[in-house]
Amino acid sequence: MGKRLGYEGIAVTAPFSTPYQRYSIETAHWWIARALRGSLRAAGLKPADLDGLSVSSFTLFPDTAVGLTQHLGLVPRWLDHIPMGGASGVVALRRAARAVQAGDADFVACVAGDTNHIDSFRNMLSSFSRFAQDASYPYGYGGPNANFALMTDRYMQEFGATREDFGRICVAQRENALKNPNAVMKKQLTLEQYLSARPIADPIALFDCVMPCAGSECFLVMSVEEATRRNLPFATIGSTIERHNAHAEDPIQLRGGWTLDIDELYEMADCTPDDIDLLQTYDDYPVISMMQMEDLGFCDKGSGPEFVRTRNLTVTGDFPHNTSGGQLSAGQAGAAGGFIGLVEALRQVQGVAGGTQVKDASKALVSGFGMINYDRGVCTSAAILKSGVSA
Amino acid sequence: MTPPLRPPSKKDPQKRTKPPLRPPEARSRAALGLTAAAAEGRFALQVCEECATVQYPPRDACKACLSTDLVWRDQSSSGTLLAETTVRTSTKLYFRERMPWRMGSVRLDVGPVILCHLHGDCRRDDKVTILNRLDAAGQGVLLAVPAERTDNMDDDPQLRALSADPKHRRILITDLRNPNTPALAGALLDAGAATVFLGESESWRPHANRSTLAELENVEILPLDVTDTASVEKLAGEIGGKTDILINNARFMRPGGALDRGDTAFAREEMDVNYLGPMRLAQAFGPGMCSRTGDGVNSAAAWVNILSVHALSNAPEYGCFTASNAAAYSLSQSLRGEFRTSGLRVMNVFTGPTDDDWYQELPPPKVAPNALARAVVAGLKQGLEDVWCGDVANEIRERWRRDPKVLERELTQGVEGA
Amino acid sequence: MTALETLVSGLAGGSVRIIDLTHTLDPDFPVIVLPPEFNQCARFRMEEISAYDHRGPAWKWHNISMSEHTGTHFDAPSHWISGRDVPRGAVDEIPIEAFVGPVVVIDCSSGAAENEDFELTPDFIAGWEAEHGEIPEDAWVLMRTDWSKRSGADYLNMREDGPHSPGPTPDGIRFLIEERNIRGFGTETVGTDGGQGAHYTPPYPAHFYLHGAGKYGLQCLANLDQLPATGAVLIAAPLKIKNGTGSPLRVLAMVSE
Repeated sequence: MGKRLGYEGIAVTAPFSTPYQRYSIETAHWWIARALRGSLRAAGLKPADLDGLSVSSFTLFPDTAVGLTQHLGLVPRWLDHIPMGGASGVVALRRAARAVQAGDADFVACVAGDTNHIDSFRNMLSSFSRFAQDASYPYGYGGPNANFALMTDRYMQEFGATREDFGRICVAQRENALKNPNAVMKKQLTLEQYLSARPIADPIALFDCVMPCAGSECFLVMSVEEATRRNLPFATIGSTIERHNAHAEDPIQLRGGWTLDIDELYEMADCTPDDIDLLQTYDDYPVISMMQMEDLGFCDKGSGPEFVRTRNLTVTGDFPHNTSGGQLSAGQAGAAGGFIGLVEALRQVQGVAGGTQVKDASKALVSGFGMINYDRGVCTSAAILKSGVSA
Repeated sequence: MTPPLRPPSKKDPQKRTKPPLRPPEARSRAALGLTAAAAEGRFALQVCEECATVQYPPRDACKACLSTDLVWRDQSSSGTLLAETTVRTSTKLYFRERMPWRMGSVRLDVGPVILCHLHGDCRRDDKVTILNRLDAAGQGVLLAVPAERTDNMDDDPQLRALSADPKHRRILITDLRNPNTPALAGALLDAGAATVFLGESESWRPHANRSTLAELENVEILPLDVTDTASVEKLAGEIGGKTDILINNARFMRPGGALDRGDTAFAREEMDVNYLGPMRLAQAFGPGMCSRTGDGVNSAAAWVNILSVHALSNAPEYGCFTASNAAAYSLSQSLRGEFRTSGLRVMNVFTGPTDDDWYQELPPPKVAPNALARAVVAGLKQGLEDVWCGDVANEIRERWRRDPKVLERELTQGVEGA
Repeated sequence: MTALETLVSGLAGGSVRIIDLTHTLDPDFPVIVLPPEFNQCARFRMEEISAYDHRGPAWKWHNISMSEHTGTHFDAPSHWISGRDVPRGAVDEIPIEAFVGPVVVIDCSSGAAENEDFELTPDFIAGWEAEHGEIPEDAWVLMRTDWSKRSGADYLNMREDGPHSPGPTPDGIRFLIEERNIRGFGTETVGTDGGQGAHYTPPYPAHFYLHGAGKYGLQCLANLDQLPATGAVLIAAPLKIKNGTGSPLRVLAMVSE
């Protein structure tokens, strides 16, 4: 296999997060428009300047990205729709970067957004996937809670993790969220509160679960020249990986597809895990964040529990993790949950993260995980972002 | 250990009866193969005809070789419980009302990993047996139970939800006069039925079963003639609200095809009893039973028809009787559709020739009343939709599945002339 | 006064009374039971067509079904093989004059109370005639047994050797036909023959001889205890069924007070 082309000359810029709401009477179209407008304004672009669009959303139905172009009055010459849930942010990024590199588009907006009506979550579950419909939901209809409960149960059994270990991840993220004015969760969370919370699907309890909400996230991909010309702070892409349906032979998911591609990730970005200043994992449940710490090379498989016991995961700690509070504390806005870490990482390496800013952050690792198609997440992705230097 | 299921206490008349609720019903067409196997109590999975890979969840192409030649085959139901959880919150009302709900992840000995309902006596890393049962939505679902029987195992709420167990239930058998009634009543009482109601037609015509059955405890003989709408409605008015299982064993049969008989008199009676009978019963008892499928320990659970297996393909020596059974079979399918949203299941018990007067002229094997009764009780306990009782029924089923036209040709063989 | 004016004033004044000799048509009323390999007599059935509901908002009506020989019913000569060639032997052909006429009642109730297989013999008839006079020609003869007061299983009185109920002997019925030339013979039981009538020679002698001679039968009658031995008038008009062998009907009697 030949060496992959790098992402030289590509800038990622104008990160924008529309403040989340627990429930919204608006539509996905409304939320996507808000985020798109936020990024375009930040970059000083008009909608007509946009010639590439990448959309991720679960609640656009019956529309797709196509319907959205007419709805929003956009005329892109490059259009993408990425149905990969938690992996979609990185996947949108790497595809958009290649489009700009190849000259298929000059300004690509990558946007994700979903609304959350009172009944949205139930409706989304009922039409999520064929395998889930046939072979998962009939068994108690616990949704992702039940899937992650089983994974957590087995993980605890295999590697001796305790609920306290998962609690450390959740408590640290809540501490980070208190510095993020847009986070949905605004109260401190103690380990005691975490441990005594209402059980949801044993061993998972209330604070292991994300809060579904409405929200949207957006960023732009363009050339470094354009970013420089517009005087925009930006990030560059060190490397990216993507993998689907890895380790299908594992009876239960204790690792993700990252393990197949991790060497290439660091090699291409010319760095090691030690060089990473902050990690944004996909965190719909703490067990999967712990697995990412292992699978992305920050510790060995099975030593995740020990790792979180010895490291400080807060913004000011020795291992800043999910600095905006992550989905567990900032909320899960549908497909925007696959963007939240990436958009926050962009702010971090651009030095514009405000209250959650990690000091001297120049390299961030963003990881995505998505789509519990049946018994496990099928999609994994990761990217290393670096602070951009103007051309 | 499962705590023993107690008989229900008397119903609080001020409390609303829990409405019929169902687990998710939607399935892909491929997944209905599991349902078809569950209807007969079999555990089957898709197997690739080319590379022999066993597949799950159900799909349209082999995950190992992309062949689209996948067939459902019975499989070993043995596996190991990898992980377990107790779901305590669900957006589905059926489960919400039954929380907490145990489920697990099981690695089957034959390969695939399944998510499944979990019997209360199963623990992580245990060897388990997988049952494929119909749930209240009428879909096949998998339940892991302990590999070895445990105390009161059948009383586990999740197992019971996948059955129509007669235990603590009140059962109407529609025809006291049928030779199989004493065996049916006895087997159901042995299985823990709270009450067996027996319908008696034409009490002015004496019958030996009456004296045998009137003596039994928890048996009540009540007037019922399935050919008389008023009689059916009257009985439904009396006991419709406490009929949890209805077993329609009323049967009228005479030998002969259309030409043998030369008139439609017996055929009318056959249609009246065998086809219109269940229709009258359904119209009178169906709505009440459908409204009580969520009614606790003695909820309405099943509707049972006893049919000749030749409902599938006519046996001309009994051609007209068979035709009425084909009509009854077709009606049972309509009832399945009509009862579906309530979760009331329709169980058809297909029998070969029964060991009674009207099959005297046929050689053995025949279905004895006790064998039929055992099949009915076993079918209810397993929540089946289709029960094949006796060697003849099983053979006809196999031949019918292999090629209905070939079976028809064989059954309609002409008698050799001089 | 004409005869009818006399009748009308008798009815109005109470000197002529109407007695209903009919059982209610009811699904639970027994019918004759034959060995199961034979076609059977249909029970009375009633199905609603509508009842002021979505099937017909302002009206209620029923479809009914039954045999010609269900409930209180009339037997025409064509009912039996012996009467198959009798002219005008079907209910629609019978001269209507036959439907109204004199009736005598032979009270066998005490005999039937003692013996459920009580037989009406020529001797018994002779005894009755000694008391009430000779049976007039072309009269209905009704055999009172009080059997109509039985109900349920006692009515057919089925046992393993068949039903048991009173009826005429072959000689008894032949006497009424050949010596008295009666119009017809009626009973309170399910047939004009006794329960064990199959064991006579010929089997079912009342059916055999009555219909062979063009006479009529009535069965499942009630209230015969309210009729005088002689002097009443019977009204028994079967439905006009083409080629019918019998018919359920309302049987009335007029008696003088």
